[in-house]
Parts: sequence; C-alpha cells; structure tokens
Amino acid sequence: MFRKRLTDSGRRGLILVSPPFLYGVLLLAVPLATVLLFSFWTQDYLTIDTSFTFANYSEALADPLYMQLLRGSLLIAGAVTVATVLLAFPIAYFVSFHVQPSRKSLWLFLITIPFWTSYLIRVFLWKVILGYNGVLNSSLTGLGLIDEPLSFILYNANAVVITLAHAFAPFAILPIFVALEKIDRSLLEASLDLGETRLTTFLRVTLPLAMPGVVAAVLIVFIPTIGDYVTPRLVGGPDGLMIANMIQTQFLKLNNAPMGATLAILAMLSVTAVSLAFIWLNRRWLRGPR
Amino acid sequence: MTLIQLTGVNKHFGDYHALRDIDLEIQQGEFFSLLGPSGCGKTTLLRTIAGFEDVGTGAIRIDGRDMKGVGPNLRPTNMVFQSYAIFPHLSVAENVGFGLRRADMTREEKTRAVGQALEMVGLGGYGARAANALSGGQRQRVALARALILEPKVLLLDEPLSALDKKIREQMQVELIKLQREVGITFILVTHDQEEALVMSDRIAVMFDGGIGQMDDPETLYRRPKSKRVAEFIGMMNFLDGEVTQTGARIEVKVQGLGRCTVESEQAPGGVAPGPVGIGIRPETLSLLFEGETTTRKQVDAVVDEVVYYGDMTYYDMRVAGIDKPLTLSMKNLIGRPVLDVGTETRVAWDERSLVLLGR
Repeated sequence: MFRKRLTDSGRRGLILVSPPFLYGVLLLAVPLATVLLFSFWTQDYLTIDTSFTFANYSEALADPLYMQLLRGSLLIAGAVTVATVLLAFPIAYFVSFHVQPSRKSLWLFLITIPFWTSYLIRVFLWKVILGYNGVLNSSLTGLGLIDEPLSFILYNANAVVITLAHAFAPFAILPIFVALEKIDRSLLEASLDLGETRLTTFLRVTLPLAMPGVVAAVLIVFIPTIGDYVTPRLVGGPDGLMIANMIQTQFLKLNNAPMGATLAILAMLSVTAVSLAFIWLNRRWLRGPR
Repeated sequence: MTLIQLTGVNKHFGDYHALRDIDLEIQQGEFFSLLGPSGCGKTTLLRTIAGFEDVGTGAIRIDGRDMKGVGPNLRPTNMVFQSYAIFPHLSVAENVGFGLRRADMTREEKTRAVGQALEMVGLGGYGARAANALSGGQRQRVALARALILEPKVLLLDEPLSALDKKIREQMQVELIKLQREVGITFILVTHDQEEALVMSDRIAVMFDGGIGQMDDPETLYRRPKSKRVAEFIGMMNFLDGEVTQTGARIEVKVQGLGRCTVESEQAPGGVAPGPVGIGIRPETLSLLFEGETTTRKQVDAVVDEVVYYGDMTYYDMRVAGIDKPLTLSMKNLIGRPVLDVGTETRVAWDERSLVLLGR
C-alpha cells in the first residue's frame, strides 16, 4: 500500500513538473545544444560545413584578439561585481539592522524603483550623466572644481563598470539583505556579552553568517555581466568592448555563426570555472545546517 | 558580601513603565531568581544588569563598580540566552572558546580550557561537532560552558530551561544547582516557572508590573506570602474572606465558613489592620477525615464536589457551608486510603496555624 501511494504521488509530481520541464527543455537545453553543435561546425562562405571539428576552438584559443577580449570581459565583470557588492552590502545592512521592521518592505520597494524604467533608458541616462558635456562634468566645471571636462568617465571600461554596477545593485542588495535578516539578533548580543566590540562582532559573527548572501550576490552579478553587450556598446567605447559584443559581431556582421558559438561556449566555460572556484573558496561559509 | 546592588532603578520604553523603583542586593555566591509572569519586567531587569539595556534612573553597581556607560563586553557578567545563541557557523569547541580570543593564554592553554569547560558540563569529546548537530539540552550545556569559561563574577540565565522537555528540564535543574555550588559563581535566573524558582534558588524576587512584589527565600515565600498576588502566583492557595477584629501580638480574625480564629502576628507578613482581610490556606494543610478517623484539630462539615486523581496525590474540591467557592485540599494516597466519590459527606480538618493574612 505504501509503495502504491508513493508511485501515485510520484506520478502526480511528474505531471506537475512536466510543463515547466518542457518549457525548460525547449527554451534552454535545445538552444544550448544547438550552440554547442554549431561550435563544432565551420563556416564555408555561404554554407555551413557540418563535419565535426575542433578547428574553431584552436583558432579562437590561438587568436590574441579573442583571448584579450575574454580576459578583459572577465576583468570588467569582476570589477562590476566587486563594486556592486561593496556598495550593496552597506545598504542591505542598513535596511536590515537600522530600519524599523514596519518600514523594511517600503525600503525594499524603493530600492527597486530604478527598475521601473527600461534598462536601455537607464544606460542612456548614464551617458547623459557621464558625457563630455554631461551632468557631472558641467556641474564640476560650473563649481570651478575642474577646468576641463573629465574624459576618463565615458567611452571606456570605467563607464561600463559604473553603469552595470548601478543596474545590478538591487540584485546584490536583496540576497545580502535576506542573509542578514536570517541572523538571530541574540547571536550579536552573545558576542558582545563574550567580550567582543561591535566591530569585532561584525567580523566574527555578522559577516560570516552573511556570506551565503554575499556569494549569491557575487554570482548573480558576475554571471550575467560577462554576457552583457548593450552597455559596452553604448558607453564602453573601443576599450570597453566585451566578449559578448564579439559574439554578436560574429553572428550578425561576419556571418560566422560557428565562431560566434565557439566564443559563446568559451565564455560560458570561463564563467563556470570562475564561479565554481569562487564557490569552492567560500565553501566554509556555505555549509548549511547539518 | 554584596556583589550586585541596584538602587532606585526605573526604566521606560516610551510610555511603558518597564521597571519600577527596583532596589536589590545580591550576595556573592548566591543563586538568585527573578520570578514573574510574562511582561513583568524580569527579563528587562536581567538585560539591564547585563548591559544590553541602559538604566533610565537609578544605579547598578557590580562588585562596587558603577556600571553606568559600561558596555556588556566590559562587564563582569556573562549570559545564557533563552535561545542559547549558539553560533551556527562554529564548532562546539569554537563556540565555547569564542570569548577567549582576547585572553592572555597560549593556544594550548585555550584548548585545554575549552576541554575542561566541556567536561564540566558533561560534553567531554563533543568539541569537534558542528553546533547545529546538537540537541536542545546539549546546546544549553554549550551555552553554559561558553559563559563559565570566562569565569564571570555573575552568570545571568534568561529562562534557560523553558525550551527543554520536562524530564531534561528537571535533570538540568539539579545539574545547575550542583554546578553553581561547584564554581561558586553568583547565578541570577529569570523564570516564569514558580516550581523551578523554588527548587533552585537561595532567594527569589517575585515581580509584577515592573516592580518587586516580594523578595524572600523559597520557604518564606511559600509559607508567608505578603499579598494575594504573590500567593496566587506561587503554588496553590484557597482564598477566603475574613475580618480582623483585634490586632496586636495575637490577632483575632473572623473567617468565612470557619468561624473565629486567633493567629500569630507572623502569620500576617504583609501587615494587618482591623477590618476586612484576605485569608489564604494551602491545600496540603487541610485534610479529609476518612470514615472512623478522629482528630484534635478543628473540623468543619463538607461535601466532595470534585475529585482529581494525580497518582501520588488526590485533589478534592470540598463544598463547605458559608464559603462560596469550594475549598481545594490534597491528600497523599497512602496504603488503605480510599479515593472518595463526588457527593460523599465528610469532614475537613484544619489548623489556625496554617492561615495566612494577606495584605491588599
């Protein structure tokens, strides 16, 4: 009887998960497999040569242009991640520890306000703010703080970092906030009671317990950032371009889908490698309740 | 020697008067309990002593030192929290050794101290375990070891046993008393469980509405409660109306249903004045007269109204002419003693010496 009930609930479970499962297969696994397949083919002028080969991979790995783009993308994504998480942590900490419980939802709601406008418009706004005759430069020259407009803030990697850090801030704030909320406040009192100061309590108790949230924030920001091609195209200038821009160029302009697919797979593998390494480095804080 | 001295401590949370004129002296090595219903201010008082809340007015002195402006990390107190507050990201040994970071000890000395502390609370060999893998009783012991390893002058315990089930709780009560005698540290226990307070404490302060209702040793508190509130909170008590007709060394009092009595002045611990008065009688000081039994004590006719059988004891509610509420009494179930049925007519024996005159 027990066995029968188990299979019944098993069947019901299967029925329940099958629509999203199909959805996932069609929209995630199939495109991914297609990209993987393409990466082993080659472009033969107008037709695609479907014989299996590693030629694209050896070409991509040998070409300094591609490798430099990939390295640069990883660096920019890393910088964006560091900037975002460092800015997000104090905000999450403030909302969790210093905002009255009844006001917390309001604060979280306010944090999501930038999302009310489209991503594209926000990127253009940063162009207006950071431009040669933009808001920032004209204010600073107006105040007499600078004689000439600053040029290192637009059309380079800095602009990409600033824009993306702003765009991803809420994604970093929320997981850190949740991790901080879960910390039993009596643990902090216990630490004070055992002789630690507020600062050492933060370092010995609050931060270690918030690490799962920080790790989640890092991954949530880092992974999509490396694939972003809108922001680098609009504010990045020549040295702010990232690997995703090259993938786009391969597919749409150079009509070399197999090379684009290969670069996409390589980018994906690097992200996976960096993410796994990061998780492994933080494994100590990620052990759940055992 | 007085270790902790509170004078005129008052505290407000907004309009709420959380602590009212607390005057308190706790001796070195004493096991002191703060007992009261929830919301009476006992935890606030404990947290004020620990330094988590600052005093509004009044002063707290520990070991002769004024604690004003001294943070919890600098006070010679350590606390066992109600939730135990075991650090989930650390092992048992790391939890116990948490407060030793600043201690002037070598790594080996610290390891040895942690081992000894765990040994003391009966958790020898548990050091490497994850704190999350412990049962409630074990977490409690880790919290104790973590606080005692710092050899505080005062150990503060905030309802430490309330989350444990009955068997383990009773076992921990005995262990805590033993431990306290062993280490000789002053313990201040907050509890809402009157039995726990009676079993464990040298002295108890019963708190109501932020103030101290009565402060005495357990026996005095039980036998001579000063007010109806204290009497109600500690153990079971029958309340009767009465009228004092004469005061002095011996007090004459007319008791509802029981008639004229003479009592000693110590039976009125809350003071006495001529006029109406509340009178308390503990159930175990009354007894039923079974068939054929006689007594030299005073007697009154009664009818069994309700029987509650507890195994070792039977509680009877007795209807007595002239008393509106039934009198509760308890009888030990000795060999050969029957359990009476509801409606049985019998007699209740009582004694003037067991009456307590309660202040208003």
